[in-house]
Amino acid sequence: MGVEAREARQPWILLSPALVAITFLLFVPLAFIVVYSFWLRTATGADVAGFHLDNWTEALTDRFYRDILLYTLKIAAITTVVCAVAGYPAAYFIARSNRNKGFLLLLLMLPFWVSYIIRTMSWINILGVSGAVNSFLIWAGIINEPLQMLYNEATVILGLVHFLMPFMILNVFVSVDGIDQNLESAANSLGATKLQTFFSVTLPLSLPGLAAGGLLCFVLAAGTYITPLVLGGPRDAMFANLVFEAIITQLNWPLGSALSLMLLAVLGALVLVYNHFLGMAQLMKGMG
Amino acid sequence: MDSTKRYERLRERYLNGDLDRRVFLGLIGAAGLAFGVRTPFVGEARAAASQVRFDGWGGVVSEAFRKLAFDPYTEKTGVKVVDGTFGGGDEYLSRVKASQPGEYNIAHLSGVFDYARYAGLGLASELNEDNIPNLKYVIPKLVDVFRPITGGKISCVPYDYGTTGLAYNRKHISEDEIKEKGAKILLDEKYKGKIAGWADWRTRIWYASLQTDQDPNNATDMDAIWEALRTHRDLLLKYWGSGAELMSLLAEEEIYVTEGWSGRIYALQEQGHDIGYFDPPNGFGWQECLFVIKGSPMPECEELLNFMLAPETSIAVAEGQNYPPALDPQKVDLGKKIPTLPAFDPSGTLAGLTFANPDYWNGHEAEWSKEFGRIQKGY
Repeated sequence: MGVEAREARQPWILLSPALVAITFLLFVPLAFIVVYSFWLRTATGADVAGFHLDNWTEALTDRFYRDILLYTLKIAAITTVVCAVAGYPAAYFIARSNRNKGFLLLLLMLPFWVSYIIRTMSWINILGVSGAVNSFLIWAGIINEPLQMLYNEATVILGLVHFLMPFMILNVFVSVDGIDQNLESAANSLGATKLQTFFSVTLPLSLPGLAAGGLLCFVLAAGTYITPLVLGGPRDAMFANLVFEAIITQLNWPLGSALSLMLLAVLGALVLVYNHFLGMAQLMKGMG
Repeated sequence: MDSTKRYERLRERYLNGDLDRRVFLGLIGAAGLAFGVRTPFVGEARAAASQVRFDGWGGVVSEAFRKLAFDPYTEKTGVKVVDGTFGGGDEYLSRVKASQPGEYNIAHLSGVFDYARYAGLGLASELNEDNIPNLKYVIPKLVDVFRPITGGKISCVPYDYGTTGLAYNRKHISEDEIKEKGAKILLDEKYKGKIAGWADWRTRIWYASLQTDQDPNNATDMDAIWEALRTHRDLLLKYWGSGAELMSLLAEEEIYVTEGWSGRIYALQEQGHDIGYFDPPNGFGWQECLFVIKGSPMPECEELLNFMLAPETSIAVAEGQNYPPALDPQKVDLGKKIPTLPAFDPSGTLAGLTFANPDYWNGHEAEWSKEFGRIQKGY
């Protein structure tokens, strides 16, 4: 075998464990889900194999699913904007702090050491009727009766922001940290104020990081299931909750498969748009 | 010829020059691979008979099972009981459906409708009742109800019973008020934002039947039921999904009234919370059974069921989980605590409880669970 052929084969050999894992853990299960989406559920809960378009017709034409999908995208969008607005200053601060950068990054990672479910449930002890906030307000004499703060859209968004903020900060941090500070100095020396420098130099150069963080936050928020279940009220169900309900409560795996593929298609389209304009490299940097 | 002899021969052929090094190492490698692949599964298969998997409702119920039944059983027999939990029969059924035969063994199922559903999906085993002599202590009515579903045989033993009644905060709702309003208190505008409800379509429709003055086992005006469900939803703070969540909502005073499981409410009362419990007329009665899933190691499962039905075990578990045992009070002395538990029937006839009719509920399961799912989300 020639050297060139060997060199051409080497990347594939190195990639093969990952490719095998992706094939068996992602594509094969996905293929099962696609096949399942064309089956039918009988009254007893058993599935009938075949090629039926009923589930897809229901998923695509029923207003119920469309409305919940739009609501899910709305919640994901609000979460992403809040993460961006609140996360950018934090990321900027970390990137520009010379002495404590490592310590601050460690603090940023700390929440990942605690289970996402526990972190979500912790809000019940903070915002509940007998939680920390109400107890303090009553103790301080600001209110007489506890405020009802839990189980609404706002607490769902709060829970999602709590969960997703580190992803945004990390992505923006990587971007801001990579900006040559001489460029900012040059803008200042040419008469730009600090605010002008930020909006003309820093922010445009950090936009790829902001976009990557935004994409991650949006996709993770849109696919969430636990947060609305724990912190949401009766009308705060998101699309993943529908998938859960179809598969678990109604034992309707075929419809659940069609719904999950529908969500996958919407979020996949978003990733493709992102990739077309910005490429995936920035995303990988932030995740790394 | 055993494996050792086979390897010795192979080595001999290699040393004699009959095999080259590459072929020899290849054969040794293949033998190693075959051994590695085969052994763990053989080991697991052998170990399967020395352990049984049990799945239940979690919380105080699972704690009672583990401490008072499984640990003593393991100590006595050496058979390990691996216990898992689920939030409801629907969720568990999904897991079983996705599993391999024998992966799940015994489930603490609720209601005859669950039994019928599992049997309908071909998951029913056939118990040898001779191996469960303690079955004689069980209230006959609780056993007999299962037989017609599985052709005269049984796949489970009844274990306990209880009710899903109204749980209320006594600081805000008086006993007189709950008795006067009954199930309709869950639709009282006065308690908007302080009402909760279990996110279980059967319980919701059962209570909506009571709220619309219909027979919960034979409702005829479904439009009225859907409307009652919508009204309830709009007054609701939250649908709860587990016993732990139910207890937390009541204990933290996030809500003042909900329907709740009798044993869990009793546990809250034991903890000192000022929570009342009231079974409205035609309240939701249910019995729970220990259902053995097809493909399970039957002798070990039957032995465990017999151990669990022994009066001393059954009474201890009942006192731990706060649900009366399925043991007939006319045949077994149930001690002092059990007669004080909610839903307890000293006659052993259970005539005062209304149970769900499995044909009625399972016949509408697909349609009603879907409709409730939509109403639950604001439709």
